[in-house]
Amino acid sequence: MDPIIILQAGVASGTVLLFAALGEVLTERSGVLNLGVEGMMLIGAMSAFSTTIATGNPWIGVLVAMLVAGLISQIHAFIVITLQADQVVSGLALTLLGAGISLVLGEGLSKAGTVSLMPNFSIPLLSLIPILGPIFFTNQSVLVYIGYLLTPLAWFYINRTRPGLHLRAVGEYPSAADALGINVFRMRYFYTFVGGMLAGLGGATISLAVAPGWFSELTTGGQGWIAVGLVIFAQWDPIRAAVGSYAFGALRRLILDIQGPLTLFGFDNPFYYNPYWGFFLQMLPYAFTVIVLVIGSREAIRKRLGSPAALGNPYIRGERGK
Amino acid sequence: MTESTLAKKRAAWHIKLEPRLEEPSTKLTLGVTLGAVVVALVLGGILIAVVGGNPFASYLHIARASFGNIGVLSDTIVKATPIILTALACSIAFRMKLWNIGAEGQFIMGAFGASAIVLAPVLPAEASRWLFIPVMAMAGMAAGAIWGFIPGYLKAKFNVNEIISTLMLNYIAISWVNFWIFGVWSEGGFQMSPKFPETAWLPRLSQYAESIPFFRGLTTHGGLILGIIAAVILWFIVYRSRWGYEIRLIGDNPQAAKYAGISITRNTVWVMILSGALAGLGGMSEVAGVVHRLQTAPIAAGYGFTGIIVAWLAKLNPLVIILVSVLFGALILAGREIQPSGVPKMIQGIILVCLIASDFLLRYRVRLVHGEEA
Repeated sequence: MDPIIILQAGVASGTVLLFAALGEVLTERSGVLNLGVEGMMLIGAMSAFSTTIATGNPWIGVLVAMLVAGLISQIHAFIVITLQADQVVSGLALTLLGAGISLVLGEGLSKAGTVSLMPNFSIPLLSLIPILGPIFFTNQSVLVYIGYLLTPLAWFYINRTRPGLHLRAVGEYPSAADALGINVFRMRYFYTFVGGMLAGLGGATISLAVAPGWFSELTTGGQGWIAVGLVIFAQWDPIRAAVGSYAFGALRRLILDIQGPLTLFGFDNPFYYNPYWGFFLQMLPYAFTVIVLVIGSREAIRKRLGSPAALGNPYIRGERGK
Repeated sequence: MTESTLAKKRAAWHIKLEPRLEEPSTKLTLGVTLGAVVVALVLGGILIAVVGGNPFASYLHIARASFGNIGVLSDTIVKATPIILTALACSIAFRMKLWNIGAEGQFIMGAFGASAIVLAPVLPAEASRWLFIPVMAMAGMAAGAIWGFIPGYLKAKFNVNEIISTLMLNYIAISWVNFWIFGVWSEGGFQMSPKFPETAWLPRLSQYAESIPFFRGLTTHGGLILGIIAAVILWFIVYRSRWGYEIRLIGDNPQAAKYAGISITRNTVWVMILSGALAGLGGMSEVAGVVHRLQTAPIAAGYGFTGIIVAWLAKLNPLVIILVSVLFGALILAGREIQPSGVPKMIQGIILVCLIASDFLLRYRVRLVHGEEA
């Protein structure tokens, strides 16, 4: 029950949510709602793990995971961008498809034993900072550090660069973007692909770093959906998505650690003596996701903020008012 | 029409899409839907072959192990029964474009509510079947309804995305049931409750084998009747009642519904309650008809998710849902023995993807036209 350790582990497991949420922020900013994050993460986790078994190199595993998840996202892109079908149902289908395919291809992987994982290391100097050093910069996976770099990069890209401006235009007012000569369809395909790659990276972060291995659907255990919820809470902002992801990661670790000690705050620990009370702890991340959604939605109403205006709508050329 | 003039310059032949103004005919809908399923089965077969299985053997096995004789047909119907109720639950919510994907959780809570009648115990074990079954059904529906009310209320009041809230409630429902069966109701430390007294079981066909020998060994239980009654009632609600008209109008055109003075928030809450109650009745039917005790694994087996696909495949029509559920019951029953074990799930996913893609053909007329005449 050392708070430093809980936060350190929280940052690591929050990185999973971070990648998935960042990817979904980019996809949704372009106007495409992809609810298939859970399925893409499962595909990513499975292909990262099996590729690493086959090649012995976790870096190749991570790259393959990103590529495969990116490709599977293109099914969704084709259905909702080209065929203009309902984005909600298609995303749901992608989750079922991703889960099904990863179960079939991942058959037997759970008994595969240990593989080489992504390396852990500490950052010199930065790890010496009191409190922050041990939490953020000591003995973390290289993927965690990639997460630190990616978050401000995504923010800068969306808000301060020309392609980022185009991305926002496509998501807010596609017909205006189209009139400016931006290819709305190509942009949406591209950012759906990027979102898929990052979801795959999130999956690979589970199976090759945070909780190594393949445990069929339990590998992700709904984290893809929590990531989708976090995007709403984050108001489509990468920095807020990162804060939310790390907080959820810390919560997950706290739930594990709270069941260990004999006493809590001087009282007998009910979770130790009656382990089945622990099921209430297991509900917490899911309950918090709902609470976080309520907060995010209320704030959106109050500040008149909203989702990207064209989110969930297909773009049809020549149709008025879209 | 700048796009088509551009295309004319590039190629002599091109594909032209014309939006269909009229409702597609039943024949076309049926044809496209069946076509999508066939394409899905071919794609699934290719994937099975890729991982080293034999797709023909797999499909033949599914057909034989689910429709081969009266005994397995009865087992297929047993698997179809919970799917009928979860698919009905999804269909009424989807009708209003409310994406309730929490039928799984509402189903689990329904199973819990019905079990609580026996295990709490609300009714003594000696109570008659005529008392047990209706009370358990009501408790199951009430528990499911509460689980539907929560996301419905949050959606109506705070505009909380119902997809994520219903999904989160699925996980919470599993933990909730686990709490009871690992702790309070655990039978001798096992992760299941004690078996219910036989008066709390839904009657099975095999119980009447003494008077009708044909029924010997048949597992089909009273839940099927509950499902069929629910489907008929729901059909009347959707197509023949004022409320059903309001729900359909909100789903098709919320703006028009608002102008017609229909309250979207109130309907959101009530439709979610009805949806939850239907799924909850499914959970009750499963514990009282099949499992006969509260246990997580056989109850949280994904019936809620299958219900989504079945509802979509049946175009949200309650009576068609019954037929489609039997097909999916077959897939799940026979799929248990197929290796690798994820195959039924994968095929379900592929079917849903193909169905959604095929909707395009119902919305647009695709024509190959010569550039000059366009």
